[in-house]
Amino acid sequence: MIKVLIAKSGLDGHDRGAKIIVRALRDAGMEVTYTGIRQTPEMIVDTAMELNVNVIGLSTLSGAHLTLFPQIVEGIKKNKLDKIIILAGGIIPNEDKKELEKLGIKGIFGPGTPTNEIIKFIETQVNSS
Amino acid sequence: MQSKSKKEWNEQTLNPLKSRFKERKENFDTDSGIPIKPLYTNEDNNFEYSKDLGYPGEYPYTRGVQANMYRGRLWSMRQYAGLASPEESNNRYRYLLDQGQTGLSVAFDLPTQTGYDSDHPMSLGEVGKSGVPISSLSDMEILFKDIPLEKVSTSMTINATAPILLALYIAVAKRQGANINELKGTIQNDILKEYIARGTYIYPPEQSMRLVTDIFEYCSKNLPKWNTISVSGYHIREAGSTAIQELAFTFSNAITYVEYALETGLNIDDFAGQLSFFFVAQNNLFEEIAKFRAARRIWANIMKNRFKAKNPRSCMLRFHTQTAGVTLTAQQTDNNIIRTTVQALGAILGGTQSLHVNSKDEALGLPTEESAQISLRTQQILAYESGISETVDPLAGSYYIEELTNELENSAMEYINKIDHLGGALKALDRNFQVDEIHNNAYKLQNEIDDNKRIVVGVNKFQSEKFKIDKIQSINPLETKKQLKRLNQTKSKRSNKEVKASLKTLKEIATTKENIFPQILKCVECYATLGEISNVLREVFGEYTQLNSL
Repeated sequence: MIKVLIAKSGLDGHDRGAKIIVRALRDAGMEVTYTGIRQTPEMIVDTAMELNVNVIGLSTLSGAHLTLFPQIVEGIKKNKLDKIIILAGGIIPNEDKKELEKLGIKGIFGPGTPTNEIIKFIETQVNSS
Repeated sequence: MQSKSKKEWNEQTLNPLKSRFKERKENFDTDSGIPIKPLYTNEDNNFEYSKDLGYPGEYPYTRGVQANMYRGRLWSMRQYAGLASPEESNNRYRYLLDQGQTGLSVAFDLPTQTGYDSDHPMSLGEVGKSGVPISSLSDMEILFKDIPLEKVSTSMTINATAPILLALYIAVAKRQGANINELKGTIQNDILKEYIARGTYIYPPEQSMRLVTDIFEYCSKNLPKWNTISVSGYHIREAGSTAIQELAFTFSNAITYVEYALETGLNIDDFAGQLSFFFVAQNNLFEEIAKFRAARRIWANIMKNRFKAKNPRSCMLRFHTQTAGVTLTAQQTDNNIIRTTVQALGAILGGTQSLHVNSKDEALGLPTEESAQISLRTQQILAYESGISETVDPLAGSYYIEELTNELENSAMEYINKIDHLGGALKALDRNFQVDEIHNNAYKLQNEIDDNKRIVVGVNKFQSEKFKIDKIQSINPLETKKQLKRLNQTKSKRSNKEVKASLKTLKEIATTKENIFPQILKCVECYATLGEISNVLREVFGEYTQLNSL
């Protein structure tokens, strides 16, 4: 079974989208854990390790993604968890997307994305890795 | 009188038509799931004019809180803004006032909202991102430089740290030589909806409720024109609730605030006139208009009958409205101007006291100056060109509107009673009741969009890749550096001895039942920082962690 961690990093409290993704992935048969809000990069990396997940979905709407996401990716690499597929969602301006993709974030999903698209993306990524 | 009944019309005229041409949908419902009939006539009408509607400016205020509404004064056009630094925000406020905006509305960044100074590790990446960073009086002095606080009215979206920001505002006003009795404005100060929907809480609920009621008490004596709270349905709805839940959760929170204030020994009419509200204006136009009208009737009824308020002002529901952020699409962003126009129309026809119209680019980032100007112009066109504000409550008496108003009132009251049976808003929160209800509806809405049962133009129908937005507002990283430098300077220039002593006294008062607000004011006046004050309170009150029911 695909194991997913949905994480809210930073001080952002908007988690309507994150929680919808939790439920949609679960309904698609994945094992999904939600961190709750206000997680530091360390907390997210630790939880991902502990749960041995295949996928981390990061959510932010506060604009802190370019500071916080690199720290999370670095933590993942430092712990030799490179196999974990990292995705991002929220309000992420187009010009920041390239930078996040360079970091190794595999998929970035903005407002209006159908949940099915995310489910399929995860299934394809996990099966091909 | 009509010569035939609606039933006869149904049988003779409507049904034969329907048997030849199928209707577009099986069921027609409002966003809250209220079934919509094909036609409303006087046969559907079950309102009694004097009891259910009455005259504007009189109980139960269904038609509005002022007798002549916008013929006297238009609603406040209050665009919510906060840029990367106090300097930039000050510039934007003065620009907006120059452009004819009639009140200020301050957006703070998340560190300011959650009690961290700009230099705290938790603030990393968040400083100046979703609003202006305020760490001490030095920042607040710049934020309101050359803006006469005795003359403007200022709304501040601030909750867990509301006492600190209000104290800072008072401190700046005092330095300007203003009479603080005259200060006009609003602090959101609605901590319950932070636990339910918005997430910028710090302390556990009981301790937070004390901070809220301390402000009620202080302001009832010292800032009589200040709105001490803006009980907010906005974020509840944005998090995914229905219009009915928006009303019900907002009012059950409001009931809790009133009960706590009464428990501290305040009289209902001493503080109730300073309570204000905040709702969303969503897409479903008629349901939204009915929602605002129902809201006024519900509140008037609660205040008069449940809390025995005597002063008419205590029974008046005064509210701010903002268009719905969640309806903004990242696709074909110009369409958002049309959405917000329809939403703003609903707010005005619903009798709002002030309004913020969202900008077309906010599904992508912060609004540019140009898109923020379009939002203000939207309000001005509705105010000055459309003619909708020339008479009071123009939709009253519409069979459909009155029926919807009744439905929303009754359904919301049922929900409020249900929360009462759970022991009130705080007890319901302990078991995540509101959070789960909101999430369930949010998931239902998403599924409807995914299954194309709910159309979002440009997203799941009428897509087009042709027009893409090119410019979005960027944040200058230099502003954050300036902010951090100023914080350092403030700490080295102030009397640290005085700060230490004021924080020590704050800690002592926090452990008693004494009103804590006057001491917070003393702390900010000697330049103790927002983070330092919040830390003292964290030590005494503890911190809240949300129950994760997912």
